[in-house]
Amino acid sequence: MSQWETVIGLEVHVQLATASKIFSGAPNRFGAEPNRQASAVDLGLPGVLPVLNEAVVQMAIRFGLAVDAEIAAVTQFARKNYFYPDLPKGYQISQLDHPIVGRGHLDIIIPGKDGDTAKTVGITRAHLEEDAGKSIHDQVPGLTAVDLNRAGTPLLEIVSEPDMRSAAEAVAYLRELHAIIRDLGISDGNMNEGSMRCDANVSIRPRGEAKLGTRTEIKNLNSFRFLEKAIEFEVERQQEILEAGGRIKQETRLYDSERNETRSMRSKEEAEDYRYFPDPDLLPVTITPAQIEAVRAEMPELPRARRERFMEQHGLSGYDSRMVASDHATAAYFEACVAVAGDAKLTANWVMGELASVLNREEKDIDAAPVAPAALGRLISRIQDDTISSKIAKTVFEIMVKDGGEPDDIIEARGLRQMSDSGELERLVDSVIADNPHQVTQYRAGKTKLLGYFVGQIMKATGGKANPGQLNELLRARLDGGS
Amino acid sequence: MAIDAEQVRRIAHLARIGLAADEADRYIGDLESILTMVERMHAVNTAGVQPLAHPIDVTQRLRPDVVTEADQRESYQSDAPAVANGFYLVPRVVE
Repeated sequence: MSQWETVIGLEVHVQLATASKIFSGAPNRFGAEPNRQASAVDLGLPGVLPVLNEAVVQMAIRFGLAVDAEIAAVTQFARKNYFYPDLPKGYQISQLDHPIVGRGHLDIIIPGKDGDTAKTVGITRAHLEEDAGKSIHDQVPGLTAVDLNRAGTPLLEIVSEPDMRSAAEAVAYLRELHAIIRDLGISDGNMNEGSMRCDANVSIRPRGEAKLGTRTEIKNLNSFRFLEKAIEFEVERQQEILEAGGRIKQETRLYDSERNETRSMRSKEEAEDYRYFPDPDLLPVTITPAQIEAVRAEMPELPRARRERFMEQHGLSGYDSRMVASDHATAAYFEACVAVAGDAKLTANWVMGELASVLNREEKDIDAAPVAPAALGRLISRIQDDTISSKIAKTVFEIMVKDGGEPDDIIEARGLRQMSDSGELERLVDSVIADNPHQVTQYRAGKTKLLGYFVGQIMKATGGKANPGQLNELLRARLDGGS
Repeated sequence: MAIDAEQVRRIAHLARIGLAADEADRYIGDLESILTMVERMHAVNTAGVQPLAHPIDVTQRLRPDVVTEADQRESYQSDAPAVANGFYLVPRVVE
């Protein structure tokens, strides 16, 4: 075990899935032509006034309840002042002193070689703010091109306590957060499109030391993998500096995924003086207990509750349950599939195995799976009633992926039905034994691994259709039984 | 409250205000007199008084989440000093 302990806290920005922006009636959509959805308020033109979107308040409350947090009775907006071309007002409307969501916590599961471990990570706060626009430096030579479509997009910034002790814990936390915001329907969580962005505060300290080490902040980590890699790199970098007798400089660093390294962006001590003050354009927002209760009454099932339900209702193991119940789309697919298939364990294996690899290969989300859950369920039920073997089922599944169609039709049309006629199988077993006297002698001399050879021969002769259980039994009986 | 020229330059930099060489010293006096006035408030007992977030004692009215703004890019961009391909153009800034 290393003499150093890693300490990680995450700041996660979640773009809220509203129809309009946080302070203006401009549309909140990704992918429009530049500046087509930047209104006068988003552009910061003189004389405009921001008006808060009620859906944003609802969504923040929903998140707060999901992490057992205090919801502020009075919440307030502040101006965070800095100059950058994609921030036309010269300040970002954010929250400082009275964030809408206070202290809460999130239970996470960290997968490990020796099983999963559970941990609770503290949530310091979550506050509302507006996103900035985008500066593009390679569009026009020598100039910076500014697209303000994103300006005014509602963000919920979720700040964790420095409770995580490894890259794996940080990834587990981010995954759980991702699953929750998707379940709550407050964001699509699409990390490629920037709907969920993560900054990591990383420091190390000698094991047993209570005082935190100097931290660096790694910006804009837009995938689970990059978060993991960036933390691992940064921990190693800090260790090398401290072990060489140096000291860590508090700074913002950028993760370069192509070179797998973090680089210094700017030094914190000098640049950061945001001169926050309450925004006079926005009055304090009150949230009544009745409002909170109304939101609570409509809370959906969250990943943790769903995992527990799957273990109880479907008899899944903790591992299987984590794999199929964490993400709501996967869980919905699983439930629709198992309702038809019957066997939960077998269904979980198919969803995590064959289906996941097809989705991976075709780069599709489970929402757009090429095989409908009920159709996969019917295929699985054909394995259970011994119509086909698992191996043939994979062939049928590939045909369903490629050409569509019902499993029963495919099985009939291609003559894939399993051969369970014991008379027919016995005849095949006899002929294989007769044709391979040499292997039979070896098998009987103790080389029992040769059973596979005989199985293979018969599978070849039947195009894989022999019922494998029955075949093994017959072969063993004949080979072990003599004659 | 004492202010030095370095602080004045720093505040000016944060606000992106250009200062001539002799101006920093002049602003020391101006800023100090403002702060002296503010300091008088220290004499008031504010124990138990909530910080004032807004002078008007009403709360924020919220807006329903509907799109009400039409695209007016051409009109907005007609006032901009430089645009291309729908982007606003500014002198190159790279961190």
